[in-house]
Amino acid sequence: MFDLRGFGDQLLQGAAITIELAMASLVVGLILGTLAATARLSDNKVAQKIATLYSNVIRGIPELLTVLIIYFGTANLLMAIARQFGYDEYIEIGPFTAGVIALGLTFGAYASEVLRGAIIAIPKGQREAGLSIGMSPVKIFFRIILPQVWKLALPGLGNLFLVLLKDTALVSVVGLHDIMMKTREAVSYSKEPFLFYSAAAFLYLSLTIVSMIFIHYMEKRTNRWGGRA
Amino acid sequence: MPENSAISLKNIHKSFGDLEVLKGIDLQAHEHDVISIIGSSGSGKSTFLRCINLLETPTEGEIWITGEKLALSRGKSGDLESADHKQLAHLRSRVGFVFQNFNLWPHKTLIENVIEGPTQVLGQSKDQAVAYAEELLAKVGLSERKDFYPSQLSGGQQQRVAIARTLAMDPQVLLFDEPTSALDPELVGEVLGVMRDLACEGRTMLIVTHEMAFAREVSNKIMFLHQGQVEEFGSPEQVFENPTSERCREFLSTIY
Repeated sequence: MFDLRGFGDQLLQGAAITIELAMASLVVGLILGTLAATARLSDNKVAQKIATLYSNVIRGIPELLTVLIIYFGTANLLMAIARQFGYDEYIEIGPFTAGVIALGLTFGAYASEVLRGAIIAIPKGQREAGLSIGMSPVKIFFRIILPQVWKLALPGLGNLFLVLLKDTALVSVVGLHDIMMKTREAVSYSKEPFLFYSAAAFLYLSLTIVSMIFIHYMEKRTNRWGGRA
Repeated sequence: MPENSAISLKNIHKSFGDLEVLKGIDLQAHEHDVISIIGSSGSGKSTFLRCINLLETPTEGEIWITGEKLALSRGKSGDLESADHKQLAHLRSRVGFVFQNFNLWPHKTLIENVIEGPTQVLGQSKDQAVAYAEELLAKVGLSERKDFYPSQLSGGQQQRVAIARTLAMDPQVLLFDEPTSALDPELVGEVLGVMRDLACEGRTMLIVTHEMAFAREVSNKIMFLHQGQVEEFGSPEQVFENPTSERCREFLSTIY
């Protein structure tokens, strides 16, 4: 179809890295988002403040900057901590790790808002029914509240994932060999920018479509228990 | 003597801000008692019932459940809160609560709703819990729907499942908070039927209800609340036929 001048394999390798980065960031982001949403709804004032600060700061910084700050800052921070423990070696975090942290932090900050809204939307009787049979608050959270929260939050979270998928391209600026980086290499060798940027666009679009199908499937799956009882 | 009662409440007060909803209520329920709590809306009857297992925190008072005193301490909000979360969870597991809005868990099937407590709180094996749950669903007439989700049922069916879920814990006392108030009129009967059977089994029950005929039929004691106070307490015959309180007479004449 297209003659990719032998760069086809390279682009596919880049796509694999992009997918890995997106999935890893999603996991980190969901955990952070759930923690932040729970903290904001807790009775603990300190936890509330920390979670609010986290979500506001991250949402107030361009993601490109977050990536750069994490990539260049985390190593310094880790070294400073390590020095306290008498460890003097040079520490480096790779672009992949930095990308997971930066994108995970970003996803978590936005997801915490979506999740907070979903938790608030669960009727308080759901919790009371658990309390009334002697369930612990932790069990109620994981067995009663969270499964219902996923259903309510899924459309919002799916949307955020589509944004995340394309934001992975930002991590190429710190040297990650993702689709974007591989494309730029191909362009500089072949001098065919239109061909390769189009190929990259096609790859991102394909990944997005696959994600959408998966999200749709997930929504259908959670819908099997129907509306609110 | 609170030690011998299924439930014993002493001097229960509850305020929401400046509004005092309960003004010192005492109640003793012995084993096999079926006590209906009646009164107009806003009289505090639901709040009172919810204080028993601390879904609502009383501002003042003592609570004894099956002879054990609930350890309470003053919380930040100014209300009394549980001082011992393990004890509270344990006592709650011995007191069944049936809600006006059923509060079944929509993401779980009927059988999953019923076995949740036994497996997660009482530590029963899944097989054991399922066997008992099937028995209970049969008892409330829903055994062939055990794999349905709550949203696939009518309100009356949902409330019957909610009762089965409560019974699965083998509670010593059952509390009913207006169990038929959210139901369409034609569905009330099936829920009352299940409750009537439970009363006949000799279960200890406290029922907040507007179903006066039912209260009169199944209860051995009636408590009439008015503006957060007990205005009338006695046998159904006495309360319904010979109320001493003027307010109780008025209330009964308007709705009964």
